[in-house]
Amino acid sequence: MQTIEEILKGIRPEFDFTESQDFIRDGMLDSFDIVTLVSDLDKAYSISISGVDIVPEHFRNIASIQTLLQKYGKP
Amino acid sequence: MNLIFSHRRISGILAVVPANERSFVDEMTNFNFPPVRSLKLKQVMGYDKHRLVDGPVCASDLACFGMEHLFSSGKLSRDDCDALIVVTQSPDYLMPPTSSVIQGRLGLKQDMFCLDINQGCAGFLIGLFQAFLLLEQPSVHKAALVNVDVLSRKTSPRDRNSYPLVGDAASITIVERSDDDTPIHANLKMDGTRREALMIPAGGLRLPCSPETAVMEQDGENNFRAKDNLRMDGSAVFNFVQVEVPLMIRDLLQTAQVDMEDVDYFLFHQPNRFMLQKLADQMKVPYEKMPSNVVEYYGNSSGVTIPIAIVHNLRERLLAGSIRACLAGFGVGLTWSSMLMRLGPLDFCELVDYKEDNLPTNEEDSWTISTNK
Repeated sequence: MQTIEEILKGIRPEFDFTESQDFIRDGMLDSFDIVTLVSDLDKAYSISISGVDIVPEHFRNIASIQTLLQKYGKP
Repeated sequence: MNLIFSHRRISGILAVVPANERSFVDEMTNFNFPPVRSLKLKQVMGYDKHRLVDGPVCASDLACFGMEHLFSSGKLSRDDCDALIVVTQSPDYLMPPTSSVIQGRLGLKQDMFCLDINQGCAGFLIGLFQAFLLLEQPSVHKAALVNVDVLSRKTSPRDRNSYPLVGDAASITIVERSDDDTPIHANLKMDGTRREALMIPAGGLRLPCSPETAVMEQDGENNFRAKDNLRMDGSAVFNFVQVEVPLMIRDLLQTAQVDMEDVDYFLFHQPNRFMLQKLADQMKVPYEKMPSNVVEYYGNSSGVTIPIAIVHNLRERLLAGSIRACLAGFGVGLTWSSMLMRLGPLDFCELVDYKEDNLPTNEEDSWTISTNK
């Protein structure tokens, strides 16, 4: 299974996502990248992230994405 | 606000789309993004083809083309139209109303009701409500609801937020009285405090169009648009839809005392495939009961996406019989609305291509209009 970092790299290969605490503030993810990320996470973890959870707060850094995935029972 | 109607039916639907088809792949170079990112977006959002007017085509041109098609094919008689309700955000003029332009061009009778409504993605439902209400009057036997928009003319081709999904189209829905006393349940909510989530800032009297409003500006996400152009706060609109629409549908079905499983189709406004599939997942509705292919083939034409979804996906079924349909529209205003009704059998259910040679020839409707691109 792909890690969160690998999925992020697949969307924006030019960035090192381990070095940022706020992907949106640092211009690493825009709103459409978040849509792509949700689609990739859904496929990779066989889940459907609820539309109400698709807000910037859940995609600011790797830790916040991990917390979101935990809500869907994923480690 | 809950609404209830009865003894009303939709007797026919005609959708009109421009013959001019554009492809997302061909237009990708207009956007300031690497092709690989745009292609990923295409896959997720369902962007592929969209139908756009080519040249100075106006709302009344699409509408008149459709109405003339109904007259010439015997589906509607010119004198039978007692009310003409036009729902558009892209009127021919600030004044007169586009419904008056259409009435005059078609040579309809004077003894009728013409009305414009400035609404968008919830406009099919808002228009139906108005048609249902007008049919209370004994002298109104048949109402023609025209939903029409040519918003590609107000959308920046360099705006990846909006341009790939926009589509131009019109629909004509004929609404009549019926013997069926089955209640038609509906609801409607509006929130003008969030009005700036979808807007065209310039062009009204608050900010008239000028050389300054035509200047292209870059947003924080590499899109370029002017104040003359449509702008959409995509994240705010997405969140609004995901929060409000499932609650609205739950309330509608509770009021109607109908189970989700007993609805044959959820025919929702279609901003993009991703948004619809997330709604379907959240509501636990199978994808096949909630068509999401209108943006892929035609683009998002505001209040016309529901009629197009009907004629594209359900034509044969609705000519032969009926379905229990849950309709929902949501967007500009912000406005959100839903309706549970029996749909069909229809007298006609058709989609036709608009050819650009139908522009008006009479002088009063030949004013020169810039395309704002």
